Amino acid sequence: MDEKTLEFLKEKAKIIRRHIIRMTGAAGSGHPGGSLSAADIITYLYFKELRVDPKNPAWPNRDRFILSKGHAAPVLYAVLAEKGFFPIEELIKLRKIDSPLQGHPDMKKVKGVEMSTGSLGTGFSTSIGMALAARMDNKDNRIFVMLGDGEIQEGQVWEAAMAAAHYKLDNLIAILDYNGLQIDGPVTDVMSPEPLPDKWRAFGWEVIEIDGHDFNSIERAIKTAKEIKGRPTMIIAKTIKGKGVSFMENQAGWHGSAPNQEQVEQALQELV
Amino acid sequence: MESMATRDAYGKALVELGKLNKNVVVLDADLSKSTKTEKFAKEFPDRFFNMGIAEQNLIGCAAGFATSGKIPFASSFAVFATGRAYDQIRNSIGYPHLNVKIAASHAGLTVGEDGGSHQMIEDIALMRAVPGMTVIVPADGEEAKQAIFAAAEYEGPVYIRLGRPKVPMIFDSNYKFIIGKAAVIKEGTDVSLMATGIMVSEALKAAQDLEKQGINACVVNISTIKPIDENTITQVARITGAVVTCEEHNIFGGLGSAVAEVLVENYPVPMERVGVKDTFGESGKPNQLLEKYGLTAKDIVIAAKKVISRK
Repeated sequence: MDEKTLEFLKEKAKIIRRHIIRMTGAAGSGHPGGSLSAADIITYLYFKELRVDPKNPAWPNRDRFILSKGHAAPVLYAVLAEKGFFPIEELIKLRKIDSPLQGHPDMKKVKGVEMSTGSLGTGFSTSIGMALAARMDNKDNRIFVMLGDGEIQEGQVWEAAMAAAHYKLDNLIAILDYNGLQIDGPVTDVMSPEPLPDKWRAFGWEVIEIDGHDFNSIERAIKTAKEIKGRPTMIIAKTIKGKGVSFMENQAGWHGSAPNQEQVEQALQELV
Repeated sequence: MESMATRDAYGKALVELGKLNKNVVVLDADLSKSTKTEKFAKEFPDRFFNMGIAEQNLIGCAAGFATSGKIPFASSFAVFATGRAYDQIRNSIGYPHLNVKIAASHAGLTVGEDGGSHQMIEDIALMRAVPGMTVIVPADGEEAKQAIFAAAEYEGPVYIRLGRPKVPMIFDSNYKFIIGKAAVIKEGTDVSLMATGIMVSEALKAAQDLEKQGINACVVNISTIKPIDENTITQVARITGAVVTCEEHNIFGGLGSAVAEVLVENYPVPMERVGVKDTFGESGKPNQLLEKYGLTAKDIVIAAKKVISRK
């Protein structure tokens, strides 16, 4: 990737992170940790990869992105607003009464949200239905879906993993936001999902392991995934929960709690 | 009397529907021989998806198809479709109000020998509680066929409850099923027998027995449990002043509850509920089970006399 693009993405991701902090701060609740860990990947997808048109959100041939780890709604909303799906000023209404920006993504209320998610594992299955439908219609669009590392403890995820490989869905690219922490602590302590690459390979998936904060790695992984034929790809992206805000990094406590005013200011000072 | 299982009618209707509408896709969870979706699978292999024994993913995939402009029919046994995958129905279909049709067979006690683990008697209650879900329980093959077509026409989530055993044909092609409309199939002035599914034919038998005893019963087929036909229910209650509900479902949360809600808010009259009395079923032949658990014409007659005495 050229320097200019890299700088653009880095700058965009910083803006997205600032939104996440302001939004959750204003809401007084929400999930900053897992939003910050996913910020670089989702920024890359919407500003470099996805074939989407904010002026025509229902365009039938668009690529789809499904945030199966729906609690990271702040990052999705921030990216959609920056991309032009709705006004940036709306972001501050996160989780407020009468706001379209629900605590977890609601496809009925927000343009650009492809699926209502929040109950973990459900978005992954819906992405498989979308991939099957796209193939049925001979469309060349792709379905991207992001899962959390805690999320894959859900049994439904493995039902879906089996189906995607069985149906040879090479138009489906899954990304695991492997930040290593869930509400009660490290995922390896709560219910270890390891050995992750082996599991996904055994389920019939192509597996690519990357640093989920390195745009060049993200780009290479997606390029590779797009060339894989006959099976779906899982990109296991090693990330840092709370990435970009020193006091939030690698702290499970920031999974589902919002920064107070002072913390918001401190975080924003770091994100410049 | 001619008879047909509602699941057989479903299988046939799907094939007809598949010919008319190329957006119809069918998903099953390793039960296509039993749910009768195998007919569609044979005719349209490219539009049939066996998801294996994985109902959560079955429902989720169906939701994904719906977001892509398809009209998915997702099938399994009622116990798995609505019980195992309740969260997926709620969050991936109900919450975004997607155009998915859940057509579940083997509902109720008449599953028979498989026993209580497979006899779903809570599905109406579960599906009725999902905001925006339409719930249809066809009474016979003709109504099942028409309900499938109506569901495909309708934009939004629909649950269709189908049965395993053959049931008498009540309707012919002159009958017109409309979502949300209850049908008075026998007029009467002394008591209303409001029935759904396989209990409609039992209610008709009960009405004949009551007639012999000088009791003039009205029989109403309530095939759409949600949205329920408040007008017809209230109207009939006004005429007869007493109501008996008849369903192959737990007496909690199903037709009886739905009718009671309408009556207490609009026109309270004495009411009795014929249904499974908050217990699980067991292995046995369908007719033995209906008898043991109090779901026959005889039980309806007893309930009718009791409710009339309470007028």
